[in-house]
Amino acid sequence: MSPFLFWLFAILMLVFGGAVILNRNPIASALSLVICFMGLSALFMSLDAFFIGIIQVLVYAGAVMVLFLFIIMLLDLRVEQLRKINLFTMSGGAAVAFAFFLQVYFVIRQLGASSRPFPALTAAKADDVHNIGALLFSNYTLPFQVIGVLVLVATIGVVVLSKRELR
Amino acid sequence: MITLGHYLTVSAMLFTIGFAGVLLRRNIIIIFMSLELMLNAANLSLVAFSRFQVGPDGGPNYNAQVFVFFIVTVAAAEVAVGLAIIVALYRARQTTHVEDINTLKF
Repeated sequence: MSPFLFWLFAILMLVFGGAVILNRNPIASALSLVICFMGLSALFMSLDAFFIGIIQVLVYAGAVMVLFLFIIMLLDLRVEQLRKINLFTMSGGAAVAFAFFLQVYFVIRQLGASSRPFPALTAAKADDVHNIGALLFSNYTLPFQVIGVLVLVATIGVVVLSKRELR
Repeated sequence: MITLGHYLTVSAMLFTIGFAGVLLRRNIIIIFMSLELMLNAANLSLVAFSRFQVGPDGGPNYNAQVFVFFIVTVAAAEVAVGLAIIVALYRARQTTHVEDINTLKF
């Protein structure tokens, strides 16, 4: 967990996360989101969560972003034309978001554990797929099956939604 | 020295970026991407807490990582359904701008 790599990937993630909401072109936003997720997956790996990092790249940067790009191209969205910006609501929204961040930041500052460094791991490091799998099929069997049903329902729902015209 | 607080602060910043995106942007696809940012910020703090609490076997607390696995799965299903709804909406209204979709607005 070298500090240099942490700052590198954290700043990469935050800069491209900001680019997602600042870009006017939806395709540029989607590609920024891919780089943001790559940085996030590097942060996961710096926390020794290798399986979660790989899942992040495969599911988000792979599947979800391809879906986003396909939909953007299917809808043929161009760079959105500049509409009249309501400055009052814009500054109000920014103020609410900033106030939210300050609130969370002061809660984190108050948390006693937040100034302590991470304890060292004594177990084998790259054993997390085995451990997560064992938990998934022992303690979390019912949620796992419910998730399976949920994915099935989502698949059928998408087919139904894209087949019929909405009236 | 990188502490738990650093990771939590970065996660809070990412959540704030997503939150600001939902509040400020008017393009429904960008709003959807901002939702993904917020979900991932929550995942980052979950994994940080998981690494912080070393269990009796000397590894991180894997319960939080199972939770992250579930969140990622639900988010993927949500993206598929949400984008299908956006496509249906676009077919009916020819717009992705949320201010043009105001039939239910009082």
